[in-house]
Amino acid sequence: MSARLVHMEWLAVIHAVVHVLVVLAMPPLLLGVIAKTKAVFAGHVGPPVLQPYYDVVKLLQKGSVFSTTTTWMFLAGPVVSLATAVSAGMLMPLGSHAAPISFEGDLILFAYLLALGRFFTASAALDTGSAFEGMGAAREVTFACLAEPAVFFALLVLAKLSDSLSLTGMFREPLFAKWDAAGASLVLVTVSLFIVLLAENSRIPFDDPNTHLELTMIHEVMVLDHSGPALGMILYGAAVKLFVLSAFVLRVALPLDTGNAWLDWLLFLPGMLVVAVVIGIVESTMARLRLVNVPKVLVAACLLAAFGLVLVLK
Amino acid sequence: MAEWLDPLAVVVVLLNFVALGASHLRTVIRAVAVQGVLLGIMMLLAHGGISVPLCLVASAAIVLKGVVIPRVLFHAIREVSIRREIEPIIGFIASQLFGAVGTGLAVVFARTLPIEREHTGLLLVPASLATVFAGFLIMATRRKAISQVLGYLVLENGIFIFGLLLLEAMPFLVEAGVLLDLFVATFVMGIIVHRISQEFSTVNTKVLTALKD
Repeated sequence: MSARLVHMEWLAVIHAVVHVLVVLAMPPLLLGVIAKTKAVFAGHVGPPVLQPYYDVVKLLQKGSVFSTTTTWMFLAGPVVSLATAVSAGMLMPLGSHAAPISFEGDLILFAYLLALGRFFTASAALDTGSAFEGMGAAREVTFACLAEPAVFFALLVLAKLSDSLSLTGMFREPLFAKWDAAGASLVLVTVSLFIVLLAENSRIPFDDPNTHLELTMIHEVMVLDHSGPALGMILYGAAVKLFVLSAFVLRVALPLDTGNAWLDWLLFLPGMLVVAVVIGIVESTMARLRLVNVPKVLVAACLLAAFGLVLVLK
Repeated sequence: MAEWLDPLAVVVVLLNFVALGASHLRTVIRAVAVQGVLLGIMMLLAHGGISVPLCLVASAAIVLKGVVIPRVLFHAIREVSIRREIEPIIGFIASQLFGAVGTGLAVVFARTLPIEREHTGLLLVPASLATVFAGFLIMATRRKAISQVLGYLVLENGIFIFGLLLLEAMPFLVEAGVLLDLFVATFVMGIIVHRISQEFSTVNTKVLTALKD
Protein backbone atom coordinates (compact mmCIF):
# COMPACT_ATOMS: atom_id res chain seq x y z
CA MET A 1 0.00 0.00 0.00
CA SER A 2 2.68 2.46 1.02
CA ALA A 3 4.79 1.41 -1.95
CA ARG A 4 1.89 2.29 -4.19
CA LEU A 5 1.50 5.69 -2.53
CA VAL A 6 5.20 6.37 -3.03
CA HIS A 7 4.79 5.38 -6.65
CA MET A 8 1.86 7.82 -7.02
CA GLU A 9 3.91 10.58 -5.48
CA TRP A 10 6.80 9.93 -7.81
CA LEU A 11 4.41 9.96 -10.74
CA ALA A 12 3.06 13.33 -9.61
CA VAL A 13 6.61 14.70 -9.39
CA ILE A 14 7.46 13.40 -12.85
CA HIS A 15 4.31 14.96 -14.29
CA ALA A 16 5.13 18.25 -12.59
CA VAL A 17 8.65 18.18 -14.09
CA VAL A 18 7.23 17.45 -17.55
CA HIS A 19 4.74 20.28 -17.03
CA VAL A 20 7.47 22.77 -16.18
CA LEU A 21 9.59 21.63 -19.12
CA VAL A 22 6.66 21.96 -21.55
CA VAL A 23 5.73 25.43 -20.25
CA LEU A 24 9.33 26.58 -20.58
CA ALA A 25 10.25 24.92 -23.86
CA MET A 26 7.16 24.91 -26.04
CA PRO A 27 5.95 28.55 -26.24
CA PRO A 28 8.29 29.86 -28.99
CA LEU A 29 7.32 26.86 -31.11
CA LEU A 30 3.73 28.19 -31.18
CA LEU A 31 4.98 31.52 -32.56
CA GLY A 32 6.95 29.59 -35.17
CA VAL A 33 3.93 27.53 -36.18
CA ILE A 34 1.77 30.66 -36.45
CA ALA A 35 4.38 32.34 -38.64
CA LYS A 36 4.69 29.24 -40.80
CA THR A 37 0.91 29.00 -41.25
CA LYS A 38 0.76 32.63 -42.29
CA ALA A 39 3.65 32.07 -44.71
CA VAL A 40 1.89 29.09 -46.28
CA PHE A 41 -1.28 31.16 -46.74
CA ALA A 42 0.73 33.95 -48.34
CA GLY A 43 2.56 31.50 -50.61
CA HIS A 44 5.97 32.11 -48.99
CA VAL A 45 8.42 29.56 -47.66
CA GLY A 46 8.57 31.53 -44.42
CA PRO A 47 11.09 31.37 -41.60
CA PRO A 48 11.83 27.96 -40.07
CA VAL A 49 9.46 26.84 -37.33
CA LEU A 50 12.27 27.14 -34.77
CA GLN A 51 13.07 30.74 -35.71
CA PRO A 52 11.60 32.27 -32.49
CA TYR A 53 14.08 30.14 -30.46
CA TYR A 54 16.98 31.51 -32.52
CA ASP A 55 15.62 35.02 -32.06
CA VAL A 56 15.40 34.68 -28.29
CA VAL A 57 18.92 33.18 -28.04
CA LYS A 58 20.34 35.86 -30.32
CA LEU A 59 18.72 38.66 -28.31
CA LEU A 60 19.91 37.23 -25.00
CA GLN A 61 23.52 37.34 -26.25
CA LYS A 62 23.36 40.98 -27.29
CA GLY A 63 24.21 44.05 -25.25
CA SER A 64 21.62 46.54 -24.05
CA VAL A 65 21.15 50.25 -24.55
CA PHE A 66 19.32 52.14 -21.83
CA SER A 67 17.94 55.60 -22.25
CA THR A 68 19.08 58.00 -19.52
CA THR A 69 15.49 58.89 -18.64
CA THR A 70 14.62 55.33 -17.63
CA THR A 71 14.68 53.94 -14.10
CA TRP A 72 14.65 50.41 -12.67
CA MET A 73 11.02 50.22 -13.75
CA PHE A 74 12.12 49.96 -17.37
CA LEU A 75 13.94 46.68 -16.69
CA ALA A 76 11.29 45.43 -14.24
CA GLY A 77 8.73 45.40 -17.08
CA PRO A 78 10.22 42.52 -19.08
CA VAL A 79 11.33 40.62 -15.99
CA VAL A 80 7.97 40.76 -14.21
CA SER A 81 5.93 40.07 -17.34
CA LEU A 82 8.02 36.95 -18.03
CA ALA A 83 7.83 35.83 -14.40
CA THR A 84 4.06 36.30 -14.19
CA ALA A 85 3.49 34.49 -17.48
CA VAL A 86 5.53 31.49 -16.32
CA SER A 87 3.78 31.50 -12.94
CA ALA A 88 0.40 31.53 -14.68
CA GLY A 89 1.65 28.56 -16.68
CA MET A 90 2.35 26.73 -13.43
CA LEU A 91 -1.30 27.17 -12.38
CA MET A 92 -2.85 25.95 -15.61
CA PRO A 93 -3.27 22.17 -15.72
CA LEU A 94 -2.12 20.88 -19.10
CA GLY A 95 -2.97 17.20 -19.05
CA SER A 96 -5.19 15.20 -16.74
CA HIS A 97 -2.65 15.51 -13.92
CA ALA A 98 -2.74 18.38 -11.41
CA ALA A 99 -0.85 21.58 -12.16
CA PRO A 100 2.42 21.97 -10.17
CA ILE A 101 0.82 24.72 -8.09
CA SER A 102 -2.84 24.61 -7.24
CA PHE A 103 -4.97 25.69 -4.34
CA GLU A 104 -8.55 26.73 -3.75
CA GLY A 105 -9.16 30.08 -5.45
CA ASP A 106 -6.11 30.07 -7.70
CA LEU A 107 -8.26 31.19 -10.63
CA ILE A 108 -8.20 34.72 -9.17
CA LEU A 109 -4.42 34.52 -8.96
CA PHE A 110 -4.30 33.28 -12.55
CA ALA A 111 -6.30 36.26 -13.84
CA TYR A 112 -4.33 38.76 -11.79
CA LEU A 113 -0.92 37.33 -12.65
CA LEU A 114 -1.72 38.19 -16.26
CA ALA A 115 -2.90 41.62 -15.11
CA LEU A 116 0.27 42.16 -13.06
CA GLY A 117 2.47 41.38 -16.05
CA ARG A 118 0.44 43.83 -18.11
CA PHE A 119 0.76 46.50 -15.42
CA PHE A 120 4.54 46.22 -15.41
CA THR A 121 4.82 46.19 -19.21
CA ALA A 122 2.65 49.32 -19.37
CA SER A 123 4.65 50.96 -16.55
CA ALA A 124 7.93 50.21 -18.32
CA ALA A 125 6.49 51.79 -21.46
CA LEU A 126 5.47 54.90 -19.50
CA ASP A 127 8.90 54.97 -17.87
CA THR A 128 10.58 55.76 -21.19
CA GLY A 129 8.82 59.12 -21.20
CA SER A 130 7.92 58.72 -24.85
CA ALA A 131 4.45 59.94 -25.80
CA PHE A 132 4.22 57.21 -28.40
CA GLU A 133 4.81 54.44 -25.86
CA GLY A 134 2.41 56.09 -23.43
CA MET A 135 -0.26 55.92 -26.11
CA GLY A 136 0.41 52.22 -26.60
CA ALA A 137 0.22 51.63 -22.85
CA ALA A 138 -3.10 53.50 -22.69
CA ARG A 139 -4.52 51.34 -25.46
CA GLU A 140 -3.27 48.13 -23.90
CA VAL A 141 -4.90 48.80 -20.54
CA THR A 142 -8.11 50.08 -22.15
CA PHE A 143 -8.57 46.91 -24.13
CA ALA A 144 -7.43 44.74 -21.23
CA CYS A 145 -10.13 46.14 -18.95
CA LEU A 146 -12.68 44.99 -21.52
CA ALA A 147 -11.05 41.57 -21.98
CA GLU A 148 -10.68 40.84 -18.26
CA PRO A 149 -14.41 40.54 -17.48
CA ALA A 150 -14.69 37.99 -20.29
CA VAL A 151 -11.98 35.86 -18.63
CA PHE A 152 -13.73 36.14 -15.28
CA PHE A 153 -17.13 35.22 -16.71
CA ALA A 154 -15.52 32.21 -18.40
CA LEU A 155 -13.84 31.18 -15.14
CA LEU A 156 -17.15 31.57 -13.31
CA VAL A 157 -18.89 29.31 -15.83
CA LEU A 158 -16.22 26.63 -15.38
CA ALA A 159 -16.26 27.05 -11.59
CA LYS A 160 -20.03 26.65 -11.53
CA LEU A 161 -19.90 23.58 -13.77
CA SER A 162 -17.22 21.85 -11.73
CA ASP A 163 -18.03 23.20 -8.25
CA SER A 164 -14.37 23.99 -7.83
CA LEU A 165 -12.50 27.25 -7.40
CA SER A 166 -9.11 26.03 -8.57
CA LEU A 167 -8.02 25.61 -12.16
CA THR A 168 -6.86 22.05 -11.51
CA GLY A 169 -10.20 21.19 -9.93
CA MET A 170 -12.09 22.72 -12.84
CA PHE A 171 -10.49 20.42 -15.35
CA ARG A 172 -10.06 17.37 -13.13
CA GLU A 173 -13.47 15.91 -13.73
CA PRO A 174 -13.80 15.38 -17.45
CA LEU A 175 -15.70 18.22 -19.04
CA PHE A 176 -16.95 15.72 -21.60
CA ALA A 177 -19.92 14.86 -19.44
CA LYS A 178 -20.74 18.53 -19.16
CA TRP A 179 -20.65 19.11 -22.91
CA ASP A 180 -23.97 17.29 -22.97
CA ALA A 181 -25.74 19.35 -20.35
CA ALA A 182 -24.02 22.70 -20.81
CA GLY A 183 -22.73 22.42 -24.38
CA ALA A 184 -24.17 25.76 -25.45
CA SER A 185 -22.51 27.73 -22.68
CA LEU A 186 -19.20 25.91 -23.17
CA VAL A 187 -19.25 26.82 -26.87
CA LEU A 188 -19.92 30.45 -25.91
CA VAL A 189 -17.09 30.37 -23.38
CA THR A 190 -14.69 28.84 -25.90
CA VAL A 191 -15.45 31.49 -28.51
CA SER A 192 -15.15 34.24 -25.92
CA LEU A 193 -11.83 32.91 -24.63
CA PHE A 194 -10.49 32.61 -28.17
CA ILE A 195 -11.32 36.28 -28.79
CA VAL A 196 -9.57 37.16 -25.52
CA LEU A 197 -6.59 35.02 -26.58
CA LEU A 198 -6.27 37.01 -29.80
CA ALA A 199 -6.71 40.35 -28.04
CA GLU A 200 -4.40 39.65 -25.09
CA ASN A 201 -1.61 38.43 -27.32
CA SER A 202 -2.01 41.28 -29.81
CA ARG A 203 -2.83 38.98 -32.70
CA ILE A 204 -4.27 40.26 -35.93
CA PRO A 205 -7.86 41.30 -35.66
CA PHE A 206 -6.78 43.48 -32.74
CA ASP A 207 -3.15 44.31 -33.37
CA ASP A 208 -0.55 43.34 -35.92
CA PRO A 209 2.46 41.68 -34.30
CA ASN A 210 4.61 42.43 -37.36
CA THR A 211 4.14 46.13 -37.83
CA HIS A 212 6.56 48.51 -36.20
CA LEU A 213 5.45 51.58 -38.08
CA GLU A 214 1.74 52.06 -37.68
CA LEU A 215 0.30 54.54 -35.28
CA THR A 216 -2.41 52.05 -34.43
CA MET A 217 -0.35 49.29 -32.91
CA ILE A 218 -0.70 48.36 -29.27
CA HIS A 219 1.74 45.84 -27.85
CA GLU A 220 4.68 46.46 -30.16
CA VAL A 221 4.72 50.16 -29.45
CA MET A 222 5.19 49.54 -25.73
CA VAL A 223 8.41 47.62 -26.23
CA LEU A 224 10.06 49.84 -28.85
CA ASP A 225 12.78 51.07 -26.47
CA HIS A 226 13.77 47.68 -25.12
CA SER A 227 16.83 46.04 -26.59
CA GLY A 228 19.01 42.97 -26.18
CA PRO A 229 18.19 40.59 -23.33
CA ALA A 230 15.24 42.73 -22.22
CA LEU A 231 13.65 42.44 -25.66
CA GLY A 232 14.45 38.73 -25.66
CA MET A 233 12.63 38.37 -22.35
CA ILE A 234 9.65 40.29 -23.71
CA LEU A 235 9.51 38.08 -26.79
CA TYR A 236 9.78 34.93 -24.69
CA GLY A 237 7.30 36.20 -22.08
CA ALA A 238 4.77 37.03 -24.81
CA ALA A 239 5.22 33.51 -26.18
CA VAL A 240 4.62 32.00 -22.74
CA LYS A 241 1.49 34.12 -22.31
CA LEU A 242 0.25 32.94 -25.71
CA PHE A 243 0.98 29.37 -24.64
CA VAL A 244 -0.89 29.70 -21.34
CA LEU A 245 -4.00 31.26 -22.86
CA SER A 246 -3.97 28.77 -25.76
CA ALA A 247 -3.76 25.94 -23.25
CA PHE A 248 -6.77 27.44 -21.45
CA VAL A 249 -8.80 27.58 -24.67
CA LEU A 250 -7.69 24.07 -25.61
CA ARG A 251 -8.63 22.62 -22.24
CA VAL A 252 -12.13 24.10 -22.48
CA ALA A 253 -12.67 23.26 -26.15
CA LEU A 254 -11.18 19.79 -26.02
CA PRO A 255 -11.51 18.26 -22.58
CA LEU A 256 -8.88 15.53 -22.60
CA ASP A 257 -9.90 12.38 -20.90
CA THR A 258 -8.29 9.20 -22.12
CA GLY A 259 -7.71 7.87 -18.65
CA ASN A 260 -4.01 7.52 -19.32
CA ALA A 261 -1.99 10.55 -18.20
CA TRP A 262 0.80 9.94 -20.74
CA LEU A 263 -1.69 9.64 -23.60
CA ASP A 264 -3.15 12.96 -22.47
CA TRP A 265 0.25 14.57 -22.93
CA LEU A 266 0.45 13.06 -26.40
CA LEU A 267 -2.96 14.59 -27.19
CA PHE A 268 -2.19 17.91 -25.59
CA LEU A 269 0.98 18.77 -27.51
CA PRO A 270 -0.47 18.35 -31.04
CA GLY A 271 -3.63 20.07 -29.75
CA MET A 272 -1.59 23.16 -28.94
CA LEU A 273 -0.09 23.11 -32.43
CA VAL A 274 -3.62 22.94 -33.85
CA VAL A 275 -4.58 26.02 -31.79
CA ALA A 276 -1.51 27.79 -33.20
CA VAL A 277 -2.51 26.83 -36.75
CA VAL A 278 -6.04 28.13 -36.11
CA ILE A 279 -4.59 31.43 -34.90
CA GLY A 280 -2.44 31.53 -38.04
CA ILE A 281 -5.49 30.91 -40.23
CA VAL A 282 -7.46 33.65 -38.44
CA GLU A 283 -4.54 36.03 -38.94
CA SER A 284 -4.23 35.17 -42.62
CA THR A 285 -7.90 35.46 -43.45
CA MET A 286 -8.86 38.52 -41.42
CA ALA A 287 -7.92 42.14 -41.78
CA ARG A 288 -7.10 44.22 -38.77
CA LEU A 289 -10.08 45.83 -37.12
CA ARG A 290 -10.31 49.57 -36.98
CA LEU A 291 -9.26 50.72 -33.55
CA VAL A 292 -12.75 52.03 -32.73
CA ASN A 293 -14.22 48.61 -33.45
CA VAL A 294 -11.90 46.73 -31.07
CA PRO A 295 -13.92 47.59 -27.94
CA LYS A 296 -17.08 46.40 -29.72
CA VAL A 297 -15.60 42.97 -30.34
CA LEU A 298 -14.27 42.72 -26.79
CA VAL A 299 -17.64 43.73 -25.34
CA ALA A 300 -19.19 41.06 -27.56
CA ALA A 301 -16.75 38.54 -26.08
CA CYS A 302 -17.79 39.63 -22.58
CA LEU A 303 -21.46 39.29 -23.51
CA LEU A 304 -20.90 35.80 -24.92
CA ALA A 305 -19.23 34.65 -21.72
CA ALA A 306 -21.83 36.41 -19.56
CA PHE A 307 -24.62 34.77 -21.52
CA GLY A 308 -22.85 31.45 -21.04
CA LEU A 309 -22.92 32.12 -17.30
CA VAL A 310 -26.64 32.96 -17.44
CA LEU A 311 -27.29 29.66 -19.21
CA VAL A 312 -25.37 27.74 -16.57
CA LEU A 313 -27.10 29.49 -13.67
CA LYS A 314 -30.54 29.04 -15.18
CA MET B 1 -36.00 16.38 -31.57
CA ALA B 2 -36.97 18.71 -28.75
CA GLU B 3 -33.37 18.67 -27.48
CA TRP B 4 -32.45 20.90 -30.43
CA LEU B 5 -34.80 23.62 -29.18
CA ASP B 6 -32.42 24.95 -26.55
CA PRO B 7 -29.36 25.38 -28.83
CA LEU B 8 -31.60 27.11 -31.38
CA ALA B 9 -32.99 29.38 -28.65
CA VAL B 10 -29.41 30.28 -27.70
CA VAL B 11 -28.65 31.22 -31.32
CA VAL B 12 -31.83 33.31 -31.44
CA VAL B 13 -30.73 35.23 -28.34
CA LEU B 14 -27.23 35.74 -29.80
CA LEU B 15 -28.86 37.15 -32.94
CA ASN B 16 -30.63 39.66 -30.67
CA PHE B 17 -27.22 40.94 -29.70
CA VAL B 18 -26.19 41.18 -33.34
CA ALA B 19 -29.35 43.17 -34.07
CA LEU B 20 -28.71 45.40 -31.04
CA GLY B 21 -25.06 46.04 -31.81
CA ALA B 22 -24.83 46.31 -35.59
CA SER B 23 -24.95 49.74 -37.14
CA HIS B 24 -25.26 48.48 -40.71
CA LEU B 25 -28.92 48.01 -41.49
CA ARG B 26 -28.14 45.15 -43.87
CA THR B 27 -26.56 43.21 -41.00
CA VAL B 28 -29.60 43.82 -38.82
CA ILE B 29 -31.99 42.73 -41.57
CA ARG B 30 -29.97 39.55 -42.14
CA ALA B 31 -29.90 38.82 -38.40
CA VAL B 32 -33.66 39.22 -38.16
CA ALA B 33 -34.14 37.06 -41.26
CA VAL B 34 -31.98 34.25 -39.84
CA GLN B 35 -33.90 34.56 -36.59
CA GLY B 36 -37.17 34.13 -38.50
CA VAL B 37 -35.90 31.02 -40.29
CA LEU B 38 -34.72 29.54 -36.99
CA LEU B 39 -38.15 30.17 -35.48
CA GLY B 40 -39.77 28.27 -38.33
CA ILE B 41 -37.44 25.33 -37.72
CA MET B 42 -38.12 25.52 -33.98
CA MET B 43 -41.82 25.36 -34.71
CA LEU B 44 -41.33 22.08 -36.56
CA LEU B 45 -39.17 20.68 -33.75
CA ALA B 46 -41.38 21.84 -30.88
CA HIS B 47 -44.32 19.88 -32.14
CA GLY B 48 -44.20 16.18 -31.42
CA GLY B 49 -45.23 14.87 -34.82
CA ILE B 50 -45.40 16.39 -38.24
CA SER B 51 -48.75 17.24 -39.76
CA VAL B 52 -49.78 19.01 -42.93
CA PRO B 53 -51.10 22.24 -41.36
CA LEU B 54 -48.03 22.44 -39.14
CA CYS B 55 -45.71 22.11 -42.13
CA LEU B 56 -47.73 24.70 -44.02
CA VAL B 57 -47.60 27.28 -41.22
CA ALA B 58 -43.92 26.59 -40.47
CA SER B 59 -42.87 26.87 -44.09
CA ALA B 60 -45.02 29.99 -44.48
CA ALA B 61 -43.20 31.44 -41.46
CA ILE B 62 -39.78 30.53 -42.89
CA VAL B 63 -40.57 31.95 -46.34
CA LEU B 64 -42.19 35.12 -44.97
CA LYS B 65 -39.68 35.90 -42.25
CA GLY B 66 -36.61 34.60 -44.01
CA VAL B 67 -37.21 35.67 -47.61
CA VAL B 68 -40.15 37.96 -48.31
CA ILE B 69 -39.88 40.45 -45.44
CA PRO B 70 -36.08 40.81 -45.76
CA ARG B 71 -36.53 41.47 -49.49
CA VAL B 72 -39.14 44.13 -48.80
CA LEU B 73 -36.78 45.75 -46.28
CA PHE B 74 -33.74 45.51 -48.55
CA HIS B 75 -35.83 47.12 -51.26
CA ALA B 76 -36.89 49.86 -48.84
CA ILE B 77 -33.35 50.76 -47.78
CA ARG B 78 -32.21 50.73 -51.39
CA GLU B 79 -35.08 53.02 -52.31
CA VAL B 80 -34.26 55.63 -49.68
CA SER B 81 -30.52 54.88 -49.92
CA ILE B 82 -29.68 54.59 -46.25
CA ARG B 83 -27.17 52.05 -45.10
CA ARG B 84 -26.69 52.52 -41.40
CA GLU B 85 -28.26 53.86 -38.27
CA ILE B 86 -26.19 56.94 -37.56
CA GLU B 87 -27.03 58.14 -34.09
CA PRO B 88 -29.19 55.91 -31.94
CA ILE B 89 -30.50 57.44 -28.71
CA ILE B 90 -28.54 54.81 -26.79
CA GLY B 91 -25.22 53.77 -28.30
CA PHE B 92 -24.68 50.35 -29.84
CA ILE B 93 -22.42 48.98 -27.12
CA ALA B 94 -24.64 50.43 -24.40
CA SER B 95 -27.75 48.90 -25.98
CA GLN B 96 -25.94 45.55 -26.20
CA LEU B 97 -25.19 45.82 -22.49
CA PHE B 98 -28.82 46.72 -21.78
CA GLY B 99 -29.79 43.70 -23.84
CA ALA B 100 -27.48 41.54 -21.72
CA VAL B 101 -29.06 42.88 -18.53
CA GLY B 102 -32.50 42.26 -20.03
CA THR B 103 -31.53 38.69 -20.93
CA GLY B 104 -30.35 38.07 -17.38
CA LEU B 105 -33.57 39.51 -15.98
CA ALA B 106 -35.58 37.42 -18.44
CA VAL B 107 -33.95 34.26 -17.08
CA VAL B 108 -34.68 35.33 -13.50
CA PHE B 109 -38.24 36.34 -14.30
CA ALA B 110 -38.96 33.17 -16.29
CA ARG B 111 -38.24 31.15 -13.17
CA THR B 112 -41.04 32.88 -11.26
CA LEU B 113 -43.67 32.27 -13.94
CA PRO B 114 -46.16 29.48 -13.35
CA ILE B 115 -45.22 27.41 -16.38
CA GLU B 116 -46.20 23.83 -17.02
CA ARG B 117 -43.66 21.36 -15.71
CA GLU B 118 -42.67 20.04 -19.12
CA HIS B 119 -41.64 23.56 -20.17
CA THR B 120 -39.78 24.72 -17.07
CA GLY B 121 -36.41 23.31 -18.05
CA LEU B 122 -36.58 24.75 -21.54
CA LEU B 123 -34.91 27.97 -22.57
CA LEU B 124 -37.92 29.00 -24.64
CA VAL B 125 -39.52 31.31 -22.07
CA PRO B 126 -36.34 33.26 -21.17
CA ALA B 127 -35.39 33.44 -24.85
CA SER B 128 -38.85 34.76 -25.69
CA LEU B 129 -38.78 37.42 -22.97
CA ALA B 130 -35.22 38.43 -23.89
CA THR B 131 -36.15 38.74 -27.56
CA VAL B 132 -39.22 40.83 -26.76
CA PHE B 133 -37.05 43.08 -24.62
CA ALA B 134 -34.44 43.41 -27.38
CA GLY B 135 -37.22 44.32 -29.81
CA PHE B 136 -38.51 47.01 -27.47
CA LEU B 137 -35.01 48.35 -27.03
CA ILE B 138 -34.43 48.60 -30.77
CA MET B 139 -37.81 50.24 -31.36
CA ALA B 140 -37.34 52.74 -28.56
CA THR B 141 -33.75 53.77 -29.13
CA ARG B 142 -33.35 53.97 -32.90
CA ARG B 143 -34.19 57.02 -34.93
CA LYS B 144 -34.56 55.58 -38.41
CA ALA B 145 -38.05 54.37 -39.26
CA ILE B 146 -36.58 51.24 -40.85
CA SER B 147 -34.76 50.35 -37.62
CA GLN B 148 -38.03 50.66 -35.79
CA VAL B 149 -39.60 48.23 -38.23
CA LEU B 150 -36.73 45.84 -37.50
CA GLY B 151 -37.31 46.29 -33.77
CA TYR B 152 -40.97 45.44 -34.33
CA LEU B 153 -39.94 42.27 -36.18
CA VAL B 154 -37.62 41.21 -33.35
CA LEU B 155 -40.42 41.89 -30.88
CA GLU B 156 -42.80 39.75 -32.91
CA ASN B 157 -40.17 36.99 -33.08
CA GLY B 158 -40.11 36.99 -29.28
CA ILE B 159 -43.87 36.61 -29.14
CA PHE B 160 -43.64 33.85 -31.73
CA ILE B 161 -41.24 31.90 -29.47
CA PHE B 162 -43.72 32.19 -26.64
CA GLY B 163 -46.36 30.90 -29.00
CA LEU B 164 -44.31 27.75 -29.53
CA LEU B 165 -45.25 26.70 -26.00
CA LEU B 166 -48.92 26.96 -26.89
CA LEU B 167 -48.72 25.09 -30.17
CA GLU B 168 -51.14 22.43 -29.04
CA ALA B 169 -53.63 24.91 -27.66
CA MET B 170 -53.57 27.51 -30.39
CA PRO B 171 -55.36 26.93 -33.69
CA PHE B 172 -53.17 27.24 -36.74
CA LEU B 173 -55.51 29.85 -38.09
CA VAL B 174 -54.26 32.24 -35.40
CA GLU B 175 -50.62 31.60 -36.37
CA ALA B 176 -51.42 32.14 -40.02
CA GLY B 177 -53.31 35.33 -39.18
CA VAL B 178 -50.37 36.66 -37.14
CA LEU B 179 -48.02 35.96 -40.02
CA LEU B 180 -50.31 37.77 -42.43
CA ASP B 181 -50.53 40.74 -40.06
CA LEU B 182 -46.77 40.83 -39.80
CA PHE B 183 -46.35 40.78 -43.54
CA VAL B 184 -48.89 43.53 -44.11
CA ALA B 185 -47.36 45.65 -41.35
CA THR B 186 -43.87 45.33 -42.82
CA PHE B 187 -45.16 46.01 -46.30
CA VAL B 188 -47.00 49.12 -45.17
CA MET B 189 -44.00 50.32 -43.15
CA GLY B 190 -41.81 49.87 -46.21
CA ILE B 191 -44.12 52.18 -48.14
CA ILE B 192 -44.35 54.63 -45.24
CA VAL B 193 -40.56 54.82 -44.98
CA HIS B 194 -40.48 55.71 -48.64
CA ARG B 195 -43.17 58.38 -48.15
CA ILE B 196 -41.35 59.87 -45.14
CA SER B 197 -38.15 60.15 -47.13
CA GLN B 198 -40.01 61.78 -50.03
CA GLU B 199 -41.76 64.25 -47.76
CA PHE B 200 -38.90 65.25 -45.48
CA SER B 201 -35.89 64.11 -47.50
CA THR B 202 -34.84 62.08 -44.44
CA VAL B 203 -36.09 58.94 -42.74
CA ASN B 204 -35.26 60.22 -39.30
CA THR B 205 -38.39 59.89 -37.20
CA LYS B 206 -37.24 62.76 -35.00
CA VAL B 207 -38.59 65.25 -37.51
CA LEU B 208 -42.02 63.66 -37.21
CA THR B 209 -42.35 64.80 -33.61
CA ALA B 210 -41.90 68.49 -34.41
CA LEU B 211 -44.90 70.58 -35.42
CA LYS B 212 -44.67 72.73 -38.46
CA ASP B 213 -47.13 75.13 -39.96
